[in-house]
Amino acid sequence: MENIDFNQILSIAIYGSAVGLILIGLYAVLMKKHLTKIIIGLSIIDAGIHLLFIAIGYISNGTSPIFSEKGISLVSEGTKMVDPVPQALVLTAIVIGFGVTAVALSLVIRLYRHHQTARIDQIKTLKW
Amino acid sequence: MRKLLVLFLLAVIAFSLYKPLSTIEFGADRMGSIENPTTVGAYYLSKTPSELSVANVITAIVVNYRGFDTLGEVSVLFLAATGLGSILYRRRKEGEHSISISKPSSQLLQAGSKLIYPAILVLGAYVFIHGHLTPGGGFQGGAIIATGILLMMMSYKDFHLNHTVLTWIESLAGITFATIGIAGLIVGKTFLENFMPIGTLNDLFSGGIIPIIYIAVGFKVAAELAGVLDTLLSIKEK
Repeated sequence: MENIDFNQILSIAIYGSAVGLILIGLYAVLMKKHLTKIIIGLSIIDAGIHLLFIAIGYISNGTSPIFSEKGISLVSEGTKMVDPVPQALVLTAIVIGFGVTAVALSLVIRLYRHHQTARIDQIKTLKW
Repeated sequence: MRKLLVLFLLAVIAFSLYKPLSTIEFGADRMGSIENPTTVGAYYLSKTPSELSVANVITAIVVNYRGFDTLGEVSVLFLAATGLGSILYRRRKEGEHSISISKPSSQLLQAGSKLIYPAILVLGAYVFIHGHLTPGGGFQGGAIIATGILLMMMSYKDFHLNHTVLTWIESLAGITFATIGIAGLIVGKTFLENFMPIGTLNDLFSGGIIPIIYIAVGFKVAAELAGVLDTLLSIKEK
């Protein structure tokens, strides 16, 4: 029991769930027939990629990259901060993900108005 | 057949993700020391307190070091909101009316949301005003304000936003962002250069142009998200 490396378990759990989310979302995009479900799949892929970014930027026992006291010095205090760059990138990616979802949903609404259905196997004009 | 093909594709993607990820050690310190940073993140961490005196390093990256990127991000959000409106635009015909939520919301929801709504607005404003000191910022604060507006839209059927006011808020906030960028070009050397006094770390008035830009972004995001919600909730159907 004492040989179990906690860090390794954590790494498998977090990387595994991030990759799992990406695969689940991709499966939904490829297999589902309803357009709303496809968009939900895209959002799940987004979530997986964000989790992967944050996991790569993590440092063991690191704090969030926000200075809390005046003139804190990083090394001498012995505190470590996690990498701030992936977090800033994820902030951007969330906003872009919102924009993509909103425009995609509006296109689905438009398609539904025209065909009275949002299932891609029932939209006959897609096939040729 | 199709399912097998998809599962095979997923297996290939899983393997190709597993290979590089197995070389990245989870939680390893790759940052180097502050005197000798080895990654971009460590450089930002070492420079932010002295160069910008901003407590929240993520805000410093998003608004200052990558400020031009954020200007592009804000315009993507603007394009998404405008595109949504133009895709869903439909001329009103005879006999059309808004989709009505079948049941009117309960007394409890109506009274409760009226009570909570101002508090949500204050929380959103707090989050984007303190974006350079605490976790949060313009995008997050704007999203919080939009949730408050969504709550009011859900509980009161006749709660509608004035689109002219929303457009004005949005435009003024965007113009503020671009004007500060051009002012940096005139006063200093580069677009979006931090030309104002940076103050001391952990003060409300610190960081130069960063709080001003983030407050503008907060107003812009709140107005855009509220506009999107209003467009989606007031779709006209036959």
